[in-house]
Amino acid sequence: MLLDKILEKYPQQEDSLLEILLAFQDAKINHFISEDEVRQIASYLHISEAKVCSVLSFYTFFRTENKGKHVIQVCGGVPCHVESDFNVAKTLEKELGIKVNETTENQQFTLEYTSCIGLCDEAPAMRIDDKVYTKLTPNKIKAILAEYRVYM
Amino acid sequence: MKETKIISRRFDRINPVSLDDYLKTEGYTGLTKALKMERISIIEEVEASYLRGRGGAGFPTHIKMMGLAKETNLPKYIICNADEGEPGNFKDKALLEKDPFAVIEGMTIMAYATGATHGFIYIRGEYQEAMSIMHECLKKAREEGYLGKGIRNTKFDFDIQIRSGAGSYVCGEEFALIESIEGKPGRTRVKPPFPTEKGVFDKPTVINNVETFANLPVIINVGGKEYAKMGTPTSTGTKLLSLSGNVKKPGVYEIEFGVSIRDVIFDLGGGVKNDRKIKMVQLGGACGPVIPEYMLDMMIDYERFEEFESKTGSGAIIVIDDRFDLFDILLKTVHFFEHESCGKCVPCREGHTQLELLIRKFNKKEATTKDLDSLESLARVMHQTSLCGLGQTSPTSIIASLRFFRDEYIDRIDHPSNL
Repeated sequence: MLLDKILEKYPQQEDSLLEILLAFQDAKINHFISEDEVRQIASYLHISEAKVCSVLSFYTFFRTENKGKHVIQVCGGVPCHVESDFNVAKTLEKELGIKVNETTENQQFTLEYTSCIGLCDEAPAMRIDDKVYTKLTPNKIKAILAEYRVYM
Repeated sequence: MKETKIISRRFDRINPVSLDDYLKTEGYTGLTKALKMERISIIEEVEASYLRGRGGAGFPTHIKMMGLAKETNLPKYIICNADEGEPGNFKDKALLEKDPFAVIEGMTIMAYATGATHGFIYIRGEYQEAMSIMHECLKKAREEGYLGKGIRNTKFDFDIQIRSGAGSYVCGEEFALIESIEGKPGRTRVKPPFPTEKGVFDKPTVINNVETFANLPVIINVGGKEYAKMGTPTSTGTKLLSLSGNVKKPGVYEIEFGVSIRDVIFDLGGGVKNDRKIKMVQLGGACGPVIPEYMLDMMIDYERFEEFESKTGSGAIIVIDDRFDLFDILLKTVHFFEHESCGKCVPCREGHTQLELLIRKFNKKEATTKDLDSLESLARVMHQTSLCGLGQTSPTSIIASLRFFRDEYIDRIDHPSNL
């Protein structure tokens, strides 16, 4: 199993927890961590399930429920806000037919806000999965989404 | 006014992951020199340079180093804080991606001077590219004997591991970061004891900003006294700035301390886009003050920033032109902190919820005189009583705006829309 393979790469100590969760969530299809997996990780590290859950709920990167195949994160920082002539989130909402924090019906896209991603000098910016897109315009957003719909 | 390129001198001029390129541009000459020096002399050079922390708080680096050097509880740790989550800051990202070996060399010098053997670079999860660059560079440094056992054929052992953040702003706070490295939620600890005494895994630890480490090879090379000639007497050296917002040429710039904010915006940044008027400038990021146009002649140094009782010294400058409303900006800022508060202490956890409610009232022109008083006292209480830097500095933009943009607050009281 995928989780077993990842677990054996890490020492059985508490400070491996974040690293394990990040690596596993990244590798797993649908990118979220289930209750069974919480149990397995807790027993591997000899810590309580509550400890695993406290980490899962504290950090915004971790997900405990299914999200879209691609997660689109719009930067909500002030530099991106003041450098946009249009509303990035609203444009995406319109294009995808969903609101922020929702997932499209075909499970392809989830839309959410992120805090500053350090691309303030190329604002406005967004992230799709691990890839960043900068100097956005409404047309650029349409083109990016079209690419994801066709190829990814 | 021009840039003073010292720690950004290699930016875009070398292949950042090439150790050869780094060595050809005086790379590792600082460490080579340091390894021949007495450990205490290294700390004395840093003291003579009067290097202060570049993450925001501006704590003198040599004091931390001396603190760690004195500790006898082994092993000792060095942590590089690359959790650059402050909105409007991206200069650490530039260093990690454009001159990563300088950061590694700086960490190694500090480890040698203080007797530390283990290092961590805690990089925020959003910086995937910086992380893969750093992984590659650490591997190369290890292969060529610049990290690991017996560095450069001496008896000095030191190695560095990368730890990734997972989308939490508060983990940039030193104890929250330490908790996070230990695999826990990033909630701060009560100080003292300070990290130099009891840090990660309860062992002596020094934690510094990325840029602080990148300064060390320079200081060892030119000497502390020579370094201190740059900048102002109390804010020595250079500073990387993250210039963003409504300017023609946003980006990372390096200046000597003592330059004015106006010169940075107009000489380096090319002025405001479409030649609009500046409404306000936010310094340091979301946790920094907003200042009006007439204050732009303010010098960039730690003393001026300290006047705002904030950790403004990270070097972010966000220019906001006259199309924007003060309360829209403040609301975005407060909402951000409300989300990022770790929830451990009451002033920060409850304070941000209340701050947001109050700012929302001003935004909707529904505020009363009493709201103005409440806002003022709440901001002060949070600043004075929060456990860590987050709650202590987050009300800064509000405190500063109450001082410099008071008229706008009054306007929102005098003309309520619901009358």
